[in-house]
Amino acid sequence: MTSPHRDRAGRPLVAVTGLGIVTSLGEGKEDNWAALTAGHSGVKRLSRFPVAGLKTTIAATVDFIKAEPFCAPALSQEMAMRAGVEAVGQAGIGAPGDFPGPLFIAVPPVEMEWPHRRALAEAGANGEDVTYATLLAGARTGKFREWYELFLFGTVAENVARRFGTKGSPISLSTACSSGATSIQLGVEAIRRGEAQAALCMGTDGSVHPESLIRFSLLSALSTQNDPPEGASKPFSKNRDGFVMGEGAAAVVLEDYDHALARGARILGFVLGCGEKGDNFHRTRSSPDGAPAIAAIEGAIHDAGLSPDDIDYVNAHGTSTPENDKMEALGLASVLGERMKSVPISSNKSMVGHTLTAAGAVEAVASLMTIATGRIPPTINYNVPDPAIELDVVPNVARDANVRYVLSNSFGFGGQNTCLVFSGEPG
Amino acid sequence: MDREIWITGVGMVSSAGVGVAAHLEALKNGDAPRVDNDSFAPYRVHPVVAVPFEQQIPKKADQRQMEAWQKLGVFAAGMALDAAGLKGDAERLGRLEMIVAAGGGERDYAVDGQILTQAPLSEHPAEMLNERLMSDIRPTMFLAQLSNLLAGNISIVHGVTGGSRTFMGEEQAGVDALRIAEARIRAGQADAFLVGGSYNAERPDVLLIYAMADYLWARDYAPVMERDAHGGGFILGSGAAFLVVEAADVARARGAKPLARLDAVASDMPARKSGSVAASLDSMWDRIAKGFNPSRGVVFSGASGAAGVTAEEQSVLAQRAGEAAVHITGDLFGHMVEPQFPAGVALAAAALSEGWYDDAVVTGVGHRRGEGTARLSRVD
Repeated sequence: MTSPHRDRAGRPLVAVTGLGIVTSLGEGKEDNWAALTAGHSGVKRLSRFPVAGLKTTIAATVDFIKAEPFCAPALSQEMAMRAGVEAVGQAGIGAPGDFPGPLFIAVPPVEMEWPHRRALAEAGANGEDVTYATLLAGARTGKFREWYELFLFGTVAENVARRFGTKGSPISLSTACSSGATSIQLGVEAIRRGEAQAALCMGTDGSVHPESLIRFSLLSALSTQNDPPEGASKPFSKNRDGFVMGEGAAAVVLEDYDHALARGARILGFVLGCGEKGDNFHRTRSSPDGAPAIAAIEGAIHDAGLSPDDIDYVNAHGTSTPENDKMEALGLASVLGERMKSVPISSNKSMVGHTLTAAGAVEAVASLMTIATGRIPPTINYNVPDPAIELDVVPNVARDANVRYVLSNSFGFGGQNTCLVFSGEPG
Repeated sequence: MDREIWITGVGMVSSAGVGVAAHLEALKNGDAPRVDNDSFAPYRVHPVVAVPFEQQIPKKADQRQMEAWQKLGVFAAGMALDAAGLKGDAERLGRLEMIVAAGGGERDYAVDGQILTQAPLSEHPAEMLNERLMSDIRPTMFLAQLSNLLAGNISIVHGVTGGSRTFMGEEQAGVDALRIAEARIRAGQADAFLVGGSYNAERPDVLLIYAMADYLWARDYAPVMERDAHGGGFILGSGAAFLVVEAADVARARGAKPLARLDAVASDMPARKSGSVAASLDSMWDRIAKGFNPSRGVVFSGASGAAGVTAEEQSVLAQRAGEAAVHITGDLFGHMVEPQFPAGVALAAAALSEGWYDDAVVTGVGHRRGEGTARLSRVD
């Protein structure tokens, strides 16, 4: 028995042995990688519901998986299952239905949706104006028992945990738009403290429905450049005007390196470091000095045992909102310095939109595939450079490069900043 | 690394009062719980007492940005930070981590009602919905609904910025929030956490979820353990509970005093079937509470009253607790869902600190899924 592998801080190394992904570009790594590196967009005109009266009429929805009648937790669960099947299958770990570790899953906050409210109102109707008393009367008819389960916050996690046979109490989490990265961070921590030999980490989000779109729209967060749909998401461009909602899911199998080696698993890469820092400046805006984002970036690089000079590609949060992209560029320039002008950085969101709860996990898969293939997916729709953002955004066309260390950023409403560092080699 | 962990501050608010001392007082006096039988009849709720929000949320602008569930949580979090002596300590708050157990926020009930009234009369209900939502929703309402915005508001109001994670999933979110905080401190991955959650029961939209599956107790008021024979059910309660959980070495170094030692937290989620809750609690008790001393011990149970599962918990406690006092927190402030388990731990810590007991076990059984147990002891 050789001595166990440890990182520079003396902790177990966290290897990646399985990846799965579903986005508007397709199901599975192969289709997604082909589309992402070809610069294809999954953004299209919304067909799931009528768009009359809306300022934004596009989204990168996942329409090839049917959750009929549409309901966010149902689609989110099905995408998570498919991403999980791909990742766990690739890892070849445990036995079917017997995954040897915990589940950490980022899920969109669930809520009853309008078709359900309407059905309850109808069932409880008494000829008067509808109030919540009407809905409660509808609920008491007993006809809607199965919806109760659908709208509990813990249901998707338990169903996914049962399907894969993960161990212990599965954790459903939300850190808004950094949730997917947080799910990976929780898995890394569990392996590092020796509590688990493996962890299944996921993010999923299939919540494009009228009210969710309108809520972001009312906060002026969404692009309104609806025509053509595939041109709307333009991270780092001067004419960027908001993000485009996207749907998707991704799953990452993390494993103690020694555990993976012992069973002869194929190692896809490593999660070397995680950084996290809260921002108390504002509910939706980040500190003007960028300090929390800077702390999260520095934290991840430090946790990885690297220096900023080691980072040779950044998988950006890059939402295409005026604020995010400016602040992200500022934060990166502060940490990587002058060198940042020549470090390639690209935003997958230019193609798959902002997959919200899933984004950090989706981008983790893309980051690891970048390392594995030596090909950096582009930032598409980059036609009008923003002179205030001096970055090499890998404009419009994929680029071949030898990428050893990737920094992946995730930032969210509520002051959430989570950054991860991936590599192909163990440190 | 295997560090000792202390609870150095707790904050609570519920239908039983403001502050943990008021809760201990109510417990000691055996006060009858406050119940609102009318506002949501035939359902009952335990309504939160009047809360002096300005004491913890001084800026009116901050209060306006939040809905009730967030204000309750930010208030209780502030009390916990005060009690731990961390309030205003920008340097330590900048490193303090947070795990918050949360559901989602409330709705604009009037707007929902108007839309639902119009929908059947409209020729184009989908278009009408778009139009009404675009014009009638308050843009900031979303920020009062997002699950992670309780944590976000705690950051803004109290300056807790070490990192924050929000766990969802009803009762079990509260259990796992404490379990992960405990595990990370124990292993030296972090030094201190603010852990807790909040719940507003006085909301027809949350009653609606449980009413669909007939989980709400709608008969005459009865204590939690007396409901099973009549089909079971819970009475939701409004409130919040937060704990400051710290590595003992770190707390000692800053001169903080412990309320209690947090010895262990366990959680599990075996598939529910007859007997599974009892087996799960038994197994956790064996793992973390084997040496429990009933003669100087206390149990705080977060039992909801849900059919079957509460009866299983009752049978385990009857066998395990011996002569120890057993308090059903639902009889004090109702079922607060996400913060139910943190609230039990807060009460246990406070009771230990008063010297009432030496040893405490806290249980949490989700009405639908998940079980948890915590073990605490008195620090001499």
